[in-house]
Amino acid sequence: MEHAVETTLTVNGTRVTRRIAPRVHLVDFLREELGLTGSHVGCEHGVCGACTVRVNGEIVRGCLMLAVQADGCTVDTVEGLSDSKELARLQKAFHQHNALQCGFCTPGMLMAAQDLVRSGAKLSREEIRAHISGNYCRCTGYQAIVDAIEETLHGQG
Amino acid sequence: MKAPPFAYAKAKSLAEAFELIERPGAKILAGGQSLIPSLNMRLASPELLVDITGLKDLKTIELKPTGLRIGALVTHAELEKSDTVATHAPLLAQAVPHIAHPAIRNRGTLGGSLALADPAAEYPACALALNATIVLAHRRGERRVSASHFFKGLFDTDIHAGEIVTAVEFPKVERSVFLELARRQGDYAIVGLAGVADASGKRIAFLGAGATPVFASNASRAVSLNAALEVLGRDLDPPADIYHSSATKLHLAKVLLSRAWNTLSKPH
Repeated sequence: MEHAVETTLTVNGTRVTRRIAPRVHLVDFLREELGLTGSHVGCEHGVCGACTVRVNGEIVRGCLMLAVQADGCTVDTVEGLSDSKELARLQKAFHQHNALQCGFCTPGMLMAAQDLVRSGAKLSREEIRAHISGNYCRCTGYQAIVDAIEETLHGQG
Repeated sequence: MKAPPFAYAKAKSLAEAFELIERPGAKILAGGQSLIPSLNMRLASPELLVDITGLKDLKTIELKPTGLRIGALVTHAELEKSDTVATHAPLLAQAVPHIAHPAIRNRGTLGGSLALADPAAEYPACALALNATIVLAHRRGERRVSASHFFKGLFDTDIHAGEIVTAVEFPKVERSVFLELARRQGDYAIVGLAGVADASGKRIAFLGAGATPVFASNASRAVSLNAALEVLGRDLDPPADIYHSSATKLHLAKVLLSRAWNTLSKPH
């Protein structure tokens, strides 16, 4: 019953066309077909946020979107936003505040945080926490992550 | 885990969607924020997913003399940002921040949430409090069902085979309260309250308090908060979950009712 579906999408500025089995979710496609292993696979049911990527400018769960659904879409991953330096201030702040230990959650955390940075809003710590509530970190206890995001949002980074 | 194999078709028109969903083992895919996790966990094994997200007519928010008509494919994030919704159906705008997390709100849809009918979800209780009308399209015509008849049981609705939720109509009600108790931001509610009030009285519904969203008919008619608290036990018999007994949930529902009451009771 399963037939691969021809899908064309733009990933980090590069147009790619592949035949994709419908059951493959976007983050597996990015990792296994395109070798973009920066987006991580954690829970695979939308709880942990490690697979957060940007589709048409909005953050989504890479495990809760089928790769075939990204046909015609623009997808940005942590690799693309690193290379373009869009994440540079956040990455520096994460480094300075020691806002990671094992680093598994970091790509998703950066993608979720950058969504706030792009909005230009000057948010409180509580609001920052609410925004990253869908991204789990099992090492840091979040304090340093909130510090890093707060510093970047308030322009001291 | 990984989803089992299935076929995929993206409908280009409603007519094509009707044809596709009549195929054996077909299931509608909208935002996918509940369906895809259930596939990944292998709780569902459809043979064909019919992606309806290309149907642009289902993505509009229209202000009509009688109220708001919101397309089934409007996402939570779009509802959250809509000034029209904030002005004319503020209950929905108040509910959205409680739905999961930003990355999920960017894809999850109004129609998908109502069609799934999770009793702990936000929109079903809002639809009940507002007595919304759910518009169901079939290749032979359209059917309109009030929220009070739409939710039949646990994850069970009045949607018939071959029907697609295309829109939801909400009456304009400006006074509203949405409250929810959850352990963490974005978690499923332990219990929640969706309440509205206008000149005809109050309408209060609860989520996380039964197999369906529950309309608290006795509490809604009560003349005072004390009277409402007294009769809420006749409206709700919440099932226990692994953390909270039924009695705890009823107590927490009363806490929310107390917090909501004043806002819903101001003179009109």
